[in-house]
Amino acid sequence: MDFLSSLFSFAYQAGDAFAFLVLSACGLAVIFGMMGVINLAHGEFILCGAYVSTSATHLGVPLPVSILLGTLVAGAVGMLLERAIIRHLYDRPLDTIVVTWGVSMIATQGTLILLGSTMQGTGTPFGSIEVGGYGYSVYRLVLMAAAVATLAVLWLIFTRTRFGILARATIQVPHIAEALGVNTSLVYSLTFGLGAGLAGLCGGLYAPTMTLVPTMGSAFVVEAFVTVVVGGADIFLGTAPAAAILAVVKAALTSWEGQLAGQIGLLVAVIIVIRVLPRGLTGFILRERA
Amino acid sequence: MQDRASGVLAALGTLLLLSGAAIAEEKGPIKMGVLEDQSGDFAVATIGKVHGIQLAADEINAAGGIDGRKLELDIYDTQSDNRRYQEFMRRVLQRDKVDVVFAGFSSASREAYRPIVDQFKGLAFYNNQYEGGVCDANMIVTGAVPEQQFSTLIPYMMEKFGKNVYTIAADYNFGQISAEWVRDIVKENGGTMAGEEFIPLGVSQFSQTIQNIQKAKPDFLVTLLVGTAQASYYEQAVSANLHVPMASSVNVGQGYEHKRFKPPSLANMYVTTNWIEEVDNPASKAFVEKWHKKFPDEPYINQEAENSYIAVYLYKQMVERAHSTDHDAIRKVIAEGDVCMDAPEGHVCIDPKSQHMSHTIYLAKVNEDHSISFPKVWDDIKPYWLGEVGCDLTKENPEAQYTPSDNPKKSGG
Repeated sequence: MDFLSSLFSFAYQAGDAFAFLVLSACGLAVIFGMMGVINLAHGEFILCGAYVSTSATHLGVPLPVSILLGTLVAGAVGMLLERAIIRHLYDRPLDTIVVTWGVSMIATQGTLILLGSTMQGTGTPFGSIEVGGYGYSVYRLVLMAAAVATLAVLWLIFTRTRFGILARATIQVPHIAEALGVNTSLVYSLTFGLGAGLAGLCGGLYAPTMTLVPTMGSAFVVEAFVTVVVGGADIFLGTAPAAAILAVVKAALTSWEGQLAGQIGLLVAVIIVIRVLPRGLTGFILRERA
Repeated sequence: MQDRASGVLAALGTLLLLSGAAIAEEKGPIKMGVLEDQSGDFAVATIGKVHGIQLAADEINAAGGIDGRKLELDIYDTQSDNRRYQEFMRRVLQRDKVDVVFAGFSSASREAYRPIVDQFKGLAFYNNQYEGGVCDANMIVTGAVPEQQFSTLIPYMMEKFGKNVYTIAADYNFGQISAEWVRDIVKENGGTMAGEEFIPLGVSQFSQTIQNIQKAKPDFLVTLLVGTAQASYYEQAVSANLHVPMASSVNVGQGYEHKRFKPPSLANMYVTTNWIEEVDNPASKAFVEKWHKKFPDEPYINQEAENSYIAVYLYKQMVERAHSTDHDAIRKVIAEGDVCMDAPEGHVCIDPKSQHMSHTIYLAKVNEDHSISFPKVWDDIKPYWLGEVGCDLTKENPEAQYTPSDNPKKSGG
């Protein structure tokens, strides 16, 4: 029983870290992996999702609906941003870094000026369960399920829908796709919107568990980038396994020596992976297959 | 040789210019540099400090200024970034040539700018509670220190809840030194540390920390978490059904978490603070009222806001008694030992040895519905510790920071 409860505890901690890494990284991974754009405003899409969903909850909208609302609003803002700015910079990838960084600063400071330094939280729903003498938050189990569901839905979108096939075609050989009648500019917009929406989803899901402030996006960004860097360009071959490995590393080190060790372990893992596998896990897995 | 002559000439010229400036200055306004975080991770707790300074400056100017001179503010947003502090501190001291600077929230930022204040012989007010120990004649500290916040709080908690204590603290100078204080006081009172964890700034996910605490089963938990990311701890602890009593020197009085989070995530938290807007006395009521008249949208008036407001009036008193903004003259006034005033929190005085301030310390308890009650109040707690370990700024100026394990008394014997 004691063994079982510590097993559950480790699985819970690793699952919790996995959910955090997957949810915070998959929006970034879609935009980077599919479009090659390094989106430094990723944290601010998360902020957008969190603020929209929390405001909706305060207005009496049920939580799942308000999370969906946050996702949609973040996605719409993402598409707008792509139309207005990002699309003019597709052949200048370094400039997109600077531009999205600028957007991120404007968004953070704009939120501070317009909405003030903080927003009241909504409280975490569902309470807790007890296993082997420890209390566990049920909502965090929901977050784990949400992470897995998000991956599953993304997989269905990219492999089973017309949009997914067109998107992959456009990303692979844009000119041929265009010649075959694909509206590539729409595909780019939608893909960027999808990435932004996923960030919004992450914000909406984590909003009930966190402090709501204009800088909250930065709490996700480091982990998101670490996961994407370790994973490489592909979400399913890269981001998901990367998140799983990093989650185990982080959970093990945090339970052994505390948060500092967990953070150090995460970053050391990244350094090792970049040194050994320059194209991330994606490159590794694809080479193995070939 | 010629170089030397021109050097002397230049020095003479500068001297003339300076004395010219000094004469003009006597009639001109008194300039105060204000370096506070109005954006970034700490903005929640510090925007109110700027408002406090503005409120006091407006009142003082409306009543005829300081010694007949207007008080002028040069306000910079330091963006919760230590490098900005260094940059702007150089700017206000060298370019704006201010008479005094009010600066800093985090201890990291204070230690980032303090060498610059020392280098240019500036005078800086640090209006923030902190881990204590700064023995520097160029600094005046109006915030509360550990002998005021921990020597009251920890024994109270140990008596009420038990002697097994767990600390979680932000992993930088403030958290490390404060945790050292807690450890020492717990030991002195015959208690034990059930555990200690230092959390890097910016960490927002606490499941493992929460489990470690559940495992250690402490009688109460000391939370020394800093910044908005770390504040996510409370919500996550309650959702994991961790309801251990909490003690803190920074929550409520600084980040007003009881207003920002949904009850009951902060219930059963005990905080020692030198003032918060819930303090129920006529002076405080009047203070809150005039504050809201000027800043109707202020989400909360915290202890650092009150400290900042008081500090402007204390500076006014020092300048008026010294008839000058000259720092040596001001320190002579402080050395008289009676720079005091009646503040919203009660009567406060500047201690000449350490240039820190005495405080009324309120024990604030957060109730189930996040209302505040005050089970205990300690009047006139002096910042005695620096004097005890051998800091005496009326005699010498070491420009150093001491800690319980590193101070002149320790190294001397």
